[in-house]
Amino acid sequence: MASTVTKTETLFGKRMKRKEDPRLITGTATYVDDIQMPGMHHAVILRSPYAAARIRSIDTKRALELPGVAAVFTGADVKDVGPVPCGASLPGLRVPHHHVLAQDRTYFVGHPVAVVVAADRYIARDAVDRIEVDWEPLDAVADPEKALEAGAPAVHPQWPDNKAFDYHQEHGEVDKVFAEADVVVKQRITSQRLIPCAMETRGVVAEWRSGEKALTIYTSTQIPHLMRSLVAGMLGIPENKLRAVAPEVGGGFGSKLNVYAEEALMGFVAMKIGKPVKWIESRRENMLATTHGRGHVDYYEIAAKKDGTIVGIKLKLIQDVGSYHQLLTPAIPTLSVLMMPGVYRCQNIRADIVGVFTNCVPTDAYRGAGRPEAMHGIERMVDILAAEMKMDPAELRLKNFIQPEEFPYATATGLTYDSGDYDKPLKKALEIAGYAKLREEQRAARSAGRLMGIGLSTYGEICAIGPSPATPAGGWESATVRIEPSGKVTVHTGCSPHGQGEETTFAQIAADELGVDIEDVIVLHGDTAIVQYGIGTFGSRGTAIGGTAMYFAIQELKAKIKRFGAMMLGCDEVRFEDGRCVCGKTGKSVTIQEIAAASYRAMKLPPNTEPGMVATYFWEPPNFTFPFGAHIVVTEVDKETGDIAVKRYVAVDDCGKIINPLIVAGQIHGGVAQGLGQALYEEAVYDDSGQLMTGEFMDYCVPKSTMVPWIEDSNTETPTPVNPLGIKGVGEAGTIGCSPAVVNSVVDALSPLGVRHIDMPMTPEKIWKLVRGGAA
Amino acid sequence: MKRSITLQINGKTHTGEVEPRLLLIHYLREVAGLTGPHIGCETSLCGACTVTVDGKAVKSCAMFAVQADGRDVVTIEGLASNGDLHPLQTAFWEEHGAQCGYCTPGMIMASKQLLDRNPHPDEDEIRHGIKGNLCRCTGYQHIVNAVKSAAAKMGA
Ligand code: FES
Ligand code: FES
Repeated sequence: MASTVTKTETLFGKRMKRKEDPRLITGTATYVDDIQMPGMHHAVILRSPYAAARIRSIDTKRALELPGVAAVFTGADVKDVGPVPCGASLPGLRVPHHHVLAQDRTYFVGHPVAVVVAADRYIARDAVDRIEVDWEPLDAVADPEKALEAGAPAVHPQWPDNKAFDYHQEHGEVDKVFAEADVVVKQRITSQRLIPCAMETRGVVAEWRSGEKALTIYTSTQIPHLMRSLVAGMLGIPENKLRAVAPEVGGGFGSKLNVYAEEALMGFVAMKIGKPVKWIESRRENMLATTHGRGHVDYYEIAAKKDGTIVGIKLKLIQDVGSYHQLLTPAIPTLSVLMMPGVYRCQNIRADIVGVFTNCVPTDAYRGAGRPEAMHGIERMVDILAAEMKMDPAELRLKNFIQPEEFPYATATGLTYDSGDYDKPLKKALEIAGYAKLREEQRAARSAGRLMGIGLSTYGEICAIGPSPATPAGGWESATVRIEPSGKVTVHTGCSPHGQGEETTFAQIAADELGVDIEDVIVLHGDTAIVQYGIGTFGSRGTAIGGTAMYFAIQELKAKIKRFGAMMLGCDEVRFEDGRCVCGKTGKSVTIQEIAAASYRAMKLPPNTEPGMVATYFWEPPNFTFPFGAHIVVTEVDKETGDIAVKRYVAVDDCGKIINPLIVAGQIHGGVAQGLGQALYEEAVYDDSGQLMTGEFMDYCVPKSTMVPWIEDSNTETPTPVNPLGIKGVGEAGTIGCSPAVVNSVVDALSPLGVRHIDMPMTPEKIWKLVRGGAA
Repeated sequence: MKRSITLQINGKTHTGEVEPRLLLIHYLREVAGLTGPHIGCETSLCGACTVTVDGKAVKSCAMFAVQADGRDVVTIEGLASNGDLHPLQTAFWEEHGAQCGYCTPGMIMASKQLLDRNPHPDEDEIRHGIKGNLCRCTGYQHIVNAVKSAAAKMGA
């Protein structure tokens, strides 16, 4: 048998171009909207134009009369479809019944009311305009603080106080340390509502095979397996008769970490009309009806001793829930509480969350999900404290960092930080930025009357979400590794990557472990008919958990490879290296390709060994991982226009061991751009009647290429002991580190005018007013 | 009602009857079967649908198919020649200019126009040249690197 040349170079840590890119750069990838099927119909959804309204009646007759229209369904038709699920639970959580189409009332602008199915998209759109709804508009409330006021309109009439939940967490001697503190600073800090804006909107294709009574749902999702389990339940079909496929997915950022009404609705429609049906969300619908992120009003207090030691943190957190709980809505602010002490050694904390219903689309996970809010809060507060104490913000941070020898470190919020060396990225960032020199330049700028600011953040975050007890649907991940008879390697991961490059990073690990060429490895995902059950890609978990699951599956295969190797070489002392089993005595070897072939041919088997070369591993992580880093931002404010110029952006991130520096850099850049969007440009604005004022790219400002600065990115590498690869996760770090550094920088720029805090987004108008009026 | 049109797409002649209101992007994707150009907004704000018409980058959601009658359209699918990737495609691959890939076909077509007009752009000129194309994933930095690298190779 011919052996095959195997590779010897280690790929872990190497800059490599991605395996997924050839299809993306040639326009041959298949996203949901690219799927065509014979007889396929198109669905368009009629949505509520009111934030709160009673539906007196719906007349669909004129829509049905239009040639080409196959069907129209309204709330009455879908009564038996189960509710859109909330997967998170909290004591006393109020969960409104969330029908896939509104029944007699709508709760937000964009609430689905009816669905038209037609032979083509244009006809379906025409027909939607022919549905007549007799509306009775009701009073609405869109602002969470107003919703808590006595006499505010009730979002759900059964709960007139508009409270969705209360949550309390406390540790240490909070009252005592605040009473004894030398300094206490307080600040109201908001993290505004944001619209995730994946460039691909949501979309669903559903296909019903009546002969098999089986449904396939193609959907732009981050969680095909969970979607399948939950939608099967909503539709009342057996789980094994529903196949879910996440084809190419054009970005998610948490907004596709969900189970949506439209996914079940298209399944329902396909079953009713007996034809495949496609629904593609318009951008306006995406902004109105796909989950938003953030929506915090936070009241912070922090107590310190006169040497700058932080001794206590209090937080009252108002979370804008929106009208319903989507999959993880109530869990998101609890993540903020978990991370509220940041990277500082503070054991006295108290947090109270109130979740508030408003007549807006639900909030849920958006890049960072709870951690950007927490880091924005603590990193702003540390700067406010530094200003109050006239200390340098870097010095104050260095003073309060948890030290490397204290890990694993038990936080006041019940977490165990795995590993950390917080001085390292901060000192590196200070050096790259030339901090001392920047401060000199700033003094010169100030005496020349210019508003120059230097801001930093030292963030910590939770990745690799997460151990199952802490994650609503289970926090493990799965992998099947199959060495084919030819020796080619096929990996099935339960993750569902959608831009993160896991087809590449996983292949790098597999190629190293098995000693094969990376070209011989493929990574498949996102199809429940092909891949074993899995959880998905979110919470910076894909590589740290899914990659580790694959690593362990490979270790099982390596043991089996050695058993075959020993048998084939007639040697009881074999080692596996560089893709071959080598006999320790004779030096003779067999290649992995020869072993794979022999394992399937099965002429002879090692003792207690099955034929074939396949292993499946479900890995339950023992802990989260906790990456960290330091960002430094230099800004200059134009006094005349209020415009903020970001002059420098230095990012030093520690995400544990790095598999592919090119991909890590890409994740940081993209994360920073989203953090910068929040800091400077983006806000979902609802008016008092609950109309979304920022429902198009014209009004909702996703950063353009000219609005994002050059990012001077680098890393430190502090491995985690949580997994054998030492990797932590990087998908959200850039976003988490960014917004506080930018705001700290601009506040620093305006501090000579007496400004001590600015809420995001820091629009030119807001800054111009501050420059003119002075006060915040 | 329907109008007959004839146009070149990626060097091939396409003839058909279309409704006057049919957008060029829908014609390309659903009639011509070219799903490389994507739809991100349908309101000419995101650039995902960018193709070239008579050599100029155009947002194909902002044009009717009938307006392309008699004209020469190139989509991302027509960029490689004889199976060889265009230098911009190679550069987007080597420099990690794509993450989810949804903006990528439009981004490459816009970058092509940029390099046609200015073969050696600096960072600022690149950022201005692609500012009609939104990318939510990359933060643009690797796209800037890709365009620079393609420019260097094409100039060499
Ligand atoms: S789809 Fe044409 S510009 Fe967005
Ligand atoms: S790569 Fe995802 S939008 Fe650009």
